[in-house]
Amino acid sequence: MDNSYLIKTDELVKIFPMGESKITALNHVNLQFKKAEFAGLVGPSGSGKTTLLNIIGSLDSPTEGSAVVMDKKIEDLSHKQGAELRNRHIGFIFQTFNLLPVYTVFENIEFPLLLLGLSAQERKDKVMKALEWVQLADRVKSKPAQLSGGESQRVAIARAVVKEPTIILADEPTANLDAENSHNILQTMEKINRELETTFIFATHDEKVIQYLRRKITLIDGKVAKDEVYDKPTGQGKEQ
Amino acid sequence: MIIPRLALRNLLGAGLRTWLNVVVLSFSFVVIIWMQGLYKGMGDQARVAQTDAEFGGGQYWQENYDPFDPLTLQDAHAVIPESLQAQIDNGLATPILISQATIYPEGRLHTILMKGIDPAQSIVNLPTQFLDQESEELPTLIGTRMAKNTGLEIGDTVTVRWRDAKGTFDARDAKIVQIMKTSVPTVDQAQIWVPLDKLQSLTRMENEASLVILAQDSKEFPQTSGWMHKDMDFLLKDIDYLIKTKQIGGSIIYVIMLSLAMLAIFNTQVLSIFRRRKEMGTLMSMGMTRGKIIQLFTLEGAMHSVLAAVVAAIYGIPLLIYSAKKGWAMPESVDDYGIALGEALFPVYGTGMVIGTTILILLVTTIVSFMPTRKIAKLKPTDALRGKMT
Repeated sequence: MDNSYLIKTDELVKIFPMGESKITALNHVNLQFKKAEFAGLVGPSGSGKTTLLNIIGSLDSPTEGSAVVMDKKIEDLSHKQGAELRNRHIGFIFQTFNLLPVYTVFENIEFPLLLLGLSAQERKDKVMKALEWVQLADRVKSKPAQLSGGESQRVAIARAVVKEPTIILADEPTANLDAENSHNILQTMEKINRELETTFIFATHDEKVIQYLRRKITLIDGKVAKDEVYDKPTGQGKEQ
Repeated sequence: MIIPRLALRNLLGAGLRTWLNVVVLSFSFVVIIWMQGLYKGMGDQARVAQTDAEFGGGQYWQENYDPFDPLTLQDAHAVIPESLQAQIDNGLATPILISQATIYPEGRLHTILMKGIDPAQSIVNLPTQFLDQESEELPTLIGTRMAKNTGLEIGDTVTVRWRDAKGTFDARDAKIVQIMKTSVPTVDQAQIWVPLDKLQSLTRMENEASLVILAQDSKEFPQTSGWMHKDMDFLLKDIDYLIKTKQIGGSIIYVIMLSLAMLAIFNTQVLSIFRRRKEMGTLMSMGMTRGKIIQLFTLEGAMHSVLAAVVAAIYGIPLLIYSAKKGWAMPESVDDYGIALGEALFPVYGTGMVIGTTILILLVTTIVSFMPTRKIAKLKPTDALRGKMT
């Protein structure tokens, strides 16, 4: 395996049984991602974007082929090892924010650090730093129900970035946001990518997200139809 | 320590739903402890009353004496042996002679036991000093139950008929000198108490007795031919058995109470797991294992009982103390229990009882909370994130 890649999929196949028939969500997908990429999986609904994201995030395992993330073969990981990989190296951002409703903003962001077993002072420092990234330092005591959609997604970004993971997987992060909020959070994510060298992989079909990408992978019917790399966001791509 | 912290946070965050369960469970706590205290109080009270009024510190029975077979009474008497007489002379025991008899209050026939006791005795707590009087009639002491059944009052005279040692019928007038109030039905119902020497003389059983009651702190139990020593364990066996039987009957109530509380918690857990699938998926995405999520949800359910214990302590402790001090008034029909209860029952609470009840409820709540969480063990993170149950 080439060690310069953070993520590598090799002839990746994912088949979901659907009653007596089967649905092939991913069909022999071969992809590699390097550190600090700002990439997006684009394509219509049902093209396999979320499935690929879930396998990379070790939330699911391949039916055939292989997915290697941070030198770990996803198909060989136990449930516990998968949890550890996510805990240490992967952050998730969801379309519906998925904040824990009974916790405050501070506690939601602090949660991954609690799982990592950091001390109270370390947790506090990291949470405050993450809050500064997303410019929500004044809402630490608010509950998710008191936040707007844009603010909720910024909290979700802070929660994903607080442990400074190597990879952040974002599934339709702007789908529930208006244009202004979408641009705000994308700019925040771009800044984090640039300054922390965090690899971002999006699953999206939102044009607003696509124009920020430096690599666009188009999936159609579970296959990679196009893999375009841009020198800078919204630039003209060259196929890999 | 992260799981307990999160569990408590989630539980308190659930608001009214949590507090409803906690209040219902706290009722179970208080009622179970109160009922157990009531049965313990009942047992203790009955033991003390029966010991004071009837059993003393143990008894010697004439070998033919069987309190449950009145037909044997005519043969259940013998001269008091020297070893027991020595204890009687030293004020460490008192003899009782029992004879079957018949009384005719207001012309009605009542078959009774006529019990002879030394008026000067201080071994059992009966007002026998009232029997110490000279009169033509036989001075007689009866209890309130006997007085109620026969309609006799202090100063009334009633004819008593009995058989002497030779089998000859004899009769005499007896005068009621005192009606005693006692919580012990077995020294009251269907019996009269008369002076021992007079009964011995009337029945021609000089210096004889059916049983000898020892003082409460007796330590000497001599072997005596023709007499059998009955220790306190033997004498109190029936009370212990009766209390145990009543406890089993009473436990049905707290099994029902506990089941209702557990049903509420089970229901809450099932709903919670159903409603919070997405949250479980999010926790998994952050690196929490299914085992930890099961722990978290189980602990959330189990913590209901911890909060319930705190709430129960807040209102239960004053309530239980008040009930232990004021007692629980007993209805008259309580005499039918066949146990010495008195007019009020005073619950007795022990540390072991409270700790035992708390552990029991904690254990049952934990098991009930764990049962629905087993579903999580099969939950796929991707399904959970989509709000599906695998």
